[in-house]
Amino acid sequence: MAAGSRATFLGVPRILGLAGRDGGRGGADGGGGPGGARAGRPAPAGSGFLSGDRPFPDAAREALGDTQLRRNLAHATGTIRAKRARVVAELDDWEELRTAGEAVKRATLARLDEHLVRLEEEVTARGGQVHWARDAAEANSIVTELVRATGQREVVKVKSMATQEIGLNEALAAAGLTVHETDLAELIVQLGHDRPSHIVAPALHRNRGEIREIFLREIPGVDPRLRAEPRDLADTARAHLRQTFLRAKVAVSGANAAVAETGTLCVVESEGNGRMCLTLPETLITVMGIEKVVPTWRDLEIYLQLLPRSATGERMNPYTSTWAGVTPGDGPRNVHLVLLDNGRTATLADPVGRDALHCIKCGACLNICPVYQRVGGHAYGSVYPGPIGAILSPQLTGVERNASLPYASSLCGACAEVCPVRIDIPSILVRLRAEHVEERSRARVPSAEALAMAAGAWVMSDAGRFAAAGRAGRLGRALGRRRGRVSTLPPPLSAWTASRDAPRPPEETFRDWWSRTRAPRDGQARHNPTAPDDPTGREGPTAPDDRRARRARRARHDQETR
Amino acid sequence: MRIALFVTCLVDTLFPQVGRATVTLLERLGHEVTFPARQTCCGQMHVNTGYQREALALVRNHVAAFEDAGVDVIVAPSGSCVGSVRHQQAMVARAAGDERLALRAEAVAARTHELSELLVDVLGVEDVGAYYPHRVTYHPTCHSLRMLGVGDRPERLLRRVGGITLLELPNAAECCGFGGTFALKNTETSTAMLADKMRDVLTTGAEVATAGDSSCLMHIGGGLSRLRAGTRTVHLAEILASTEGASV
Ligand code: SF4
Repeated sequence: MAAGSRATFLGVPRILGLAGRDGGRGGADGGGGPGGARAGRPAPAGSGFLSGDRPFPDAAREALGDTQLRRNLAHATGTIRAKRARVVAELDDWEELRTAGEAVKRATLARLDEHLVRLEEEVTARGGQVHWARDAAEANSIVTELVRATGQREVVKVKSMATQEIGLNEALAAAGLTVHETDLAELIVQLGHDRPSHIVAPALHRNRGEIREIFLREIPGVDPRLRAEPRDLADTARAHLRQTFLRAKVAVSGANAAVAETGTLCVVESEGNGRMCLTLPETLITVMGIEKVVPTWRDLEIYLQLLPRSATGERMNPYTSTWAGVTPGDGPRNVHLVLLDNGRTATLADPVGRDALHCIKCGACLNICPVYQRVGGHAYGSVYPGPIGAILSPQLTGVERNASLPYASSLCGACAEVCPVRIDIPSILVRLRAEHVEERSRARVPSAEALAMAAGAWVMSDAGRFAAAGRAGRLGRALGRRRGRVSTLPPPLSAWTASRDAPRPPEETFRDWWSRTRAPRDGQARHNPTAPDDPTGREGPTAPDDRRARRARRARHDQETR
Repeated sequence: MRIALFVTCLVDTLFPQVGRATVTLLERLGHEVTFPARQTCCGQMHVNTGYQREALALVRNHVAAFEDAGVDVIVAPSGSCVGSVRHQQAMVARAAGDERLALRAEAVAARTHELSELLVDVLGVEDVGAYYPHRVTYHPTCHSLRMLGVGDRPERLLRRVGGITLLELPNAAECCGFGGTFALKNTETSTAMLADKMRDVLTTGAEVATAGDSSCLMHIGGGLSRLRAGTRTVHLAEILASTEGASV
């Protein structure tokens, strides 16, 4: 599966050939209408932990009822948000950095095939081995075989989203191998038989008290007097992990980036546990999504500035590890890189949606998102939650397998404002909604919503029909039990009145008021003679019919607000 | 100046007082207001719900209604609908392969302003001569704030209103949870967001919560009304149109 497999690779070059190498929007593939660009899906779809077993609203309902979770989320996201805002405000050139971050990603993805081939050549030239994986199953079997080949039974892991995505821990366990997560938060998740809920802070949904309980329950020999203090909890984890590090012969990591020009992989982290895994074992296997490659070190520099401030609110992360192939006498002697597609090539084919691949997994959009802050990560079903998850997961799996995620947003735009690589998340959400609607209509799935939308468009595309509908809406006044307030409406609007009153339709639409008070006299426009430039000198605002209109208006107003 | 009013479908059918207030305000400032009768809806709800194809007819109608209105500028009392005119209509036309319509939409969009933008940037006024002796808190709606970037224009206008007491809204920039069909499809998450927004509004002690979008006010006001909270919602245009002689 090593270097020679390039010929069977993923189809990236072919897709990019179709998509236009400029990576621009509105190229040859830009006019196909929503969903059209991806219709054929020639590239492999993503599999693994990328979708849940129930729609987002159902999962969210349960999460919203968990008051402990709500408190944990509000506290943790609030803390990181404030730290991020502080350190971002320190930089004068933050906007330039963001623009550079966006531009380099766009240019890189437009020639992704070349950069990946270069990366493979450079890694190989330095004694590493490169493997290509179409999807989760392929990546898992590559890693499992590599571990088996060492004869070892256990593996230490560096925190990594790619391996969470493909469910590597589960696959290795199924093969009879023992996996130790070494990132503190990942360890908490693993010991708690839980799933990560945040891409930077996987145990963000847990508070100290809960972590203490997990440690007492799961780590043999922990002093029952353990206090729920960060320091004591960290010490407990450290003591637990130390022996594992010294014993381990095989490590598995992800990568924050790979520099093609020198075949260098890069991991940034806060604890130093990653550094232990990257240096102590004899074999190091890195699983990395193909979108993580950057051409040069100068490009890497941009992301090393953007990432820590966005992710943890630190000026610089404590540990940045880089390695290129094998260095004799220093670190692992067997170095492998597994390049993972798992739906990324398919995502690249969409001229708008492909920007989701620019993501550097900083988590800032999760922390700022009013939806994520209230429901947490598990509600999204995928290992990628929050705004980025809502645009990435459906693209990796195909929107039909994650149909509720593009709607899991009020389109408030807070995510786009903080994203360090300026991904226009709301526009991609809207794009994916359109793709989903198109797909349903192609599959002839009947839906009351589609009928209502079509009828709405028919009515609202014509002023005459619209005015008639507006007048008919006044019949709705009968629905109001109390003056000016409607407390129950039939489905689907019952979802509105479940928690909010609805306004009672007014006696007179604006349009009717206008034609009653203005239009009969002078057509569409009404001249205001007090305007200094008025050439007509027509009667003033105290003209009789105007006064009448105002009196009528006042009476109506009084009636409505009384 | 001759100004065409794009009243928006929501204001037209559910909150006509906001449209009347916009007219009153602009005429009081000495401008001429027209109402192009062909107008209906910008198409935002269709686009945001995924019905781009259906939205095309609405975009076509909107562009036709306003391109020959014979005016210098177009105003809407809604940040959200102006956002849609500026950022979605041309996109919808292009997705349908109608480049000509896209260009026409862009030309209309270039002349379209949200009310506070029109007043401050185009007409150059901050003191509109309003009088509104109430305790008011301002919610900067997401689309006004982030899609249009109206900044502090609405607050600058409000600060110059006679008699008003402006109270700062905590966590002001956070979404109220409306989000169009989001409020129906994800009604419980929407309600959780609304609950926090209402808490923030109520902690200010304001009698009136205002904003530049009737849709968000319908959401916040609907929640406050359900709770009998004793605080009501009033559109920015209504406050600016009020004078000592008349509250609109
Ligand atoms: S989408 Fe942007 S903000 Fe969200 S995780 Fe990715 S890089 Fe960070």
